[in-house]
Amino acid sequence: MTLFGELIAFIVFVLFCMKFVWPPLNNAIEARQQKISDGLAAGERAEKDLQLAQAKIADELKEAKAQAAEIIAQAKKRAEDSVEEGKKRGEQERENIIAAGQAEVQAERNRLREELRKQVAMLAIAGAEKIIEREIDKNAHSDIVEKLVAEL
Amino acid sequence: MAAEELTLQSHIQHHLTNAKMCNTEAGIAFNKACSEAGFWTWHIDTLAWSIGLGIIFLMIFRNAAKKATVGVPGKLQCFIEMIVEFVAGNVRDTFHGKSKLIAPLALTIFVWVFLMNLMDLIPVDFLPAFAGWIGATFFGMNSHDVYMKIVPTTDINMTAALAIGVFLLMIGYNIRMKGVLGFIKELTLHPFSSSNLFVQILLIPFNLLLELIALVAKPFSLALRLFGNLYAGELIFILIGAIGLMQLPLHFVWAVFHILVIVLQAFVFMMLTIVYLSMASSESH
Repeated sequence: MTLFGELIAFIVFVLFCMKFVWPPLNNAIEARQQKISDGLAAGERAEKDLQLAQAKIADELKEAKAQAAEIIAQAKKRAEDSVEEGKKRGEQERENIIAAGQAEVQAERNRLREELRKQVAMLAIAGAEKIIEREIDKNAHSDIVEKLVAEL
Repeated sequence: MAAEELTLQSHIQHHLTNAKMCNTEAGIAFNKACSEAGFWTWHIDTLAWSIGLGIIFLMIFRNAAKKATVGVPGKLQCFIEMIVEFVAGNVRDTFHGKSKLIAPLALTIFVWVFLMNLMDLIPVDFLPAFAGWIGATFFGMNSHDVYMKIVPTTDINMTAALAIGVFLLMIGYNIRMKGVLGFIKELTLHPFSSSNLFVQILLIPFNLLLELIALVAKPFSLALRLFGNLYAGELIFILIGAIGLMQLPLHFVWAVFHILVIVLQAFVFMMLTIVYLSMASSESH
């Protein structure tokens, strides 16, 4: 009789386990496994995304660096250019000023020379008047005087 | 010396006797009055302990199942899920094909048998002595007439009931998967077969004999293996318990070894159940 009692108990226990114990536990486990595998997949995806982003960042950084180098080179060139231009202009200015100074000096010299010549002529005429001690007809001898002046 | 041996013998005898209940002409009778009842005896200690343990198992697991969450599990749920996953893994590896029954069956067998075996680790005199005290105090019985065997799996009725349950399932699976005719064919046309019709007919009785023995041997081996292991273990616990103070280290060693045995026996019973049912539901040998 014990045998039958235990047999019935066994069947009842197995049925109870099958109905009320196994399914919720197994479902919970499987759902969690699903969740974990989803999580792992998401993590992997995120890592891949991160790698892509890092590669993109590196690319952009490289580009930016190249651009910056270009800009710096341009700026340097422009600065050199402007310095060169300033130098050139300064030189030009200097030459202009020197030329103007020389021209002025020349003009002054010419003027002085003219005046000197006039005074020398006058002195020569006065000297000549004194030497020949006679009045020279200004009208008759002006041509000689003119000639003299021109020769000086 | 003779008297001492007698008491030792009766002590062991006492430990290995179930509490019995039966119907006699005079009505319901207990224990010694039932010695004539034979098979028709109820072993009330076996029944009470096994069903009690089964209910404890189902309550704990039901409790965990009701609260089972997909999110972070609690400690109880973790523990229960470890067992469930262990059983589910074994079933997946061994049983090919779909069945809603196999996994819960395996779980029930594993945990239930384990719990019943676990009773073996309770020191052998505790509960019987307690039961004897109750019997003597409240029912006016001689405490030596109160029997209490607390390990249900040391009762051949218990293990046989489990094995018969599995055996019925095996036959059921055979018939469900192969049909009645297919089942009969498998019993009669293997392992010896011939293309000659006459020889084939001659071979049928041999095949039937072999296959029937193979079939029936399975539940027998299941029942006797579990019973034998646990009975022997219990007997040694009782013997150790009878040798006085020296029992302490011995008992410890045997108990540690027995932890292995009870888990292993529960596992073996579960595994073999799965294997037998897998064989029953697969097409060919």
